[in-house]
Amino acid sequence: MLHRSAAPKTLADRPEHSPSSPLSVHDMTVAYQRRPVLWDVDFDAPARSLIAIVGPNGAGKSTLIKACLNLLPRASGTVEFFGRPYREARSLVGYVPQRESVDWDFPVSALDVAAMGRYGAIGWFGRVTRRHAEAAMEALRQVGMADLAGRQISQLSGGQQQRVFLARALAQDARLYFMDEPLAGVDAATEATIIEVLRSLRQAGKTVIVVHHDLSTVPQYFDHVLLLNTRVIAAGPVSGPESVFTSENLKRTYGGRLTLLDQAAEAVARARGG
Amino acid sequence: MIPSLAEFLAIDLAAVVTACLCAATCAIVGSFLVLRRQALLGDSIAHSVLPGLAAAFLIVGSRGSVPMFIGALVAGIISTVLSEGLRRIARVESGAAMGVVFSTMFALGVLLMSLPRMRTVDLDADCVLNGVLETVVWTADTARGTRVPTTLADLLDPGVLAGAPQQLVTALVVFVVVGCVVLALYKELTLASFDGGLAAALGFPPWLLHTVLVVLAASASVASFEVVGSILVIAMLICPAASARMCTDRLTSQIAVAVLFSVLSVLSGYCAAAFGPGLVGFPGTTLSAAGMITVAAGLLLVAAILLAPVHGLLARSARTFRLGVTIAREDLLAMLYRVEESNPHQTLRRDQVIQGLGGGVVARSAIRSALSRGEIVPAGHGLTLTDPGRAAARALVRTHRLWESYLVHELGLRPDHVHRAAMDLEHHTTPAMVQDLASAVPSVTDDPHGRRIPDAGLEGSPARSARGNGPEPGR
Repeated sequence: MLHRSAAPKTLADRPEHSPSSPLSVHDMTVAYQRRPVLWDVDFDAPARSLIAIVGPNGAGKSTLIKACLNLLPRASGTVEFFGRPYREARSLVGYVPQRESVDWDFPVSALDVAAMGRYGAIGWFGRVTRRHAEAAMEALRQVGMADLAGRQISQLSGGQQQRVFLARALAQDARLYFMDEPLAGVDAATEATIIEVLRSLRQAGKTVIVVHHDLSTVPQYFDHVLLLNTRVIAAGPVSGPESVFTSENLKRTYGGRLTLLDQAAEAVARARGG
Repeated sequence: MIPSLAEFLAIDLAAVVTACLCAATCAIVGSFLVLRRQALLGDSIAHSVLPGLAAAFLIVGSRGSVPMFIGALVAGIISTVLSEGLRRIARVESGAAMGVVFSTMFALGVLLMSLPRMRTVDLDADCVLNGVLETVVWTADTARGTRVPTTLADLLDPGVLAGAPQQLVTALVVFVVVGCVVLALYKELTLASFDGGLAAALGFPPWLLHTVLVVLAASASVASFEVVGSILVIAMLICPAASARMCTDRLTSQIAVAVLFSVLSVLSGYCAAAFGPGLVGFPGTTLSAAGMITVAAGLLLVAAILLAPVHGLLARSARTFRLGVTIAREDLLAMLYRVEESNPHQTLRRDQVIQGLGGGVVARSAIRSALSRGEIVPAGHGLTLTDPGRAAARALVRTHRLWESYLVHELGLRPDHVHRAAMDLEHHTTPAMVQDLASAVPSVTDDPHGRRIPDAGLEGSPARSARGNGPEPGR
């Protein structure tokens, strides 16, 4: 395990982190089998923005999201949402996992899946009442899936399934959204719908953090970008004078050569029997 | 030999009701296990509870329901924790880990039961493996004032109810408790089974719900263990749930259908075991009820796989056949249209048509279908298009030639390569797609082979094609 000094309990007293920021990650390290997948991640998500997380395969993009949501244990680091730990901010944070992460043969309808976004608001033992079903239906309408609400999810195309996932997150009515590759393998119409929904979310003052694999569309779709390869290579606006979306940074993100630090980490992992 | 009502109430009723309750409990829990693709978990727990039962007996010294239940539950949870630990530490796949743990636990149970102290009770390997459904009977006890029911009215008599066999009471309690837990946590169990990540993110810890399911499966196993035995309980956990999975695409109805199937297996299995041999000429003989119930559950699963309305093999082949006939009928119309186009007075003979469609039952059915829909009529020795048939055929040929044109001009294919592809595509093209095609090709009147593309016409709605049967167009 990587040893490091104890992280502060809250980030409120740290000047570089804004307490109103939708997401503040400080000094986060995540390891699988002692091997660091994310190292020393510091990141503040600007409010009301669409943020792309970009990096090569194995860079830790999905891991970053899961570790923020406490779905994976962190070796160290602090994560706050709107100045609060995740436990207290669940209702403010929505999550769209990768489409492949679930069994689409499951015997539920598109509406049932969208209604799952309401489960947090309903709480333990509660029922999906009419009000919640209507909210789920409205979410399906926003992604153009209202006509197929009653259809079993295995009978939807890949793009339609992705829209149902998006609707489920919308039904949650969160203020910050994490989306893991929502545009992977979807048709052009679905991509357009999803981007439209993302823009309306930003319009409504929300923040969306998207793991994105298509570098060519980053400037068109997103305001901010987080270039990630185990460490944060750069984070900032996509365009303008302070743009970090430069060929120099991309080269550092996708460049294959091991740095000295990576070699040291490998040696440590080997020595500890990882 | 069919028993009288009084005989049935006195001898069979308790066993049948107990078995129904156990089977229904297993079906409810099994529905979630099958959905989570964790059917092996039921197997594992059913085996693992054995040392718990034996240990409980050794400690308490009696076969009371409560200690047995606690022993089994503890054993079930220990085995789950061990399998999970083995999976993580030894890094083996979860199936292997479960297999090792449950067979070891079962062996431990067999060892415990071979102890001299255990020999005196009827908790023997036979009972554990096969169950003793036949011993579940109403007892008459004059000291306690209980008696055996002989009429339907007796079933409301408190004196009779007080004498209900202990296994029936256990089964009833477990059924009610499992039913209530599943009702209360239906939404949480569904979410955790479908998407554990989201469940965790929303504050419904998947490990907690998984543990709930383990406890439910252990409860179902314990209740059923005395009735159908620990081996056959696995079939009761899986067969009805798997049969129901074939029949419906809604979780609520799936659970209801699974319960129905489980009760059906019990009733048919019990009757076959108790009265079947008498009916076929072996009076006085009975078979193992537990064995027959399990065979019935297995047969129901086979029937569901074959006959289920949507996912069954028969329904699927019927759909494939119907789709084939629809496509052949559309090909037939287009064929006649092309013949008419080259020579308005020529018709095709029936055998030429059948040959052109590739022959066989599909081709003959396609002709019958087109005749009955009034799209073609017999003319002399041949077949010819009617007006509605001609309109449908024109739309098909139009779609075909638009596709050929599209494939040549948009995808750059050679004109002699596109006929086959267009033949496939024309059957799956919606009217909206036809419009898009028409606006995408350079000429809406001439195809790449220099033939005329028919116009949409006044009644030119494209023929009803295979739409709706196949996968989504977007797929």
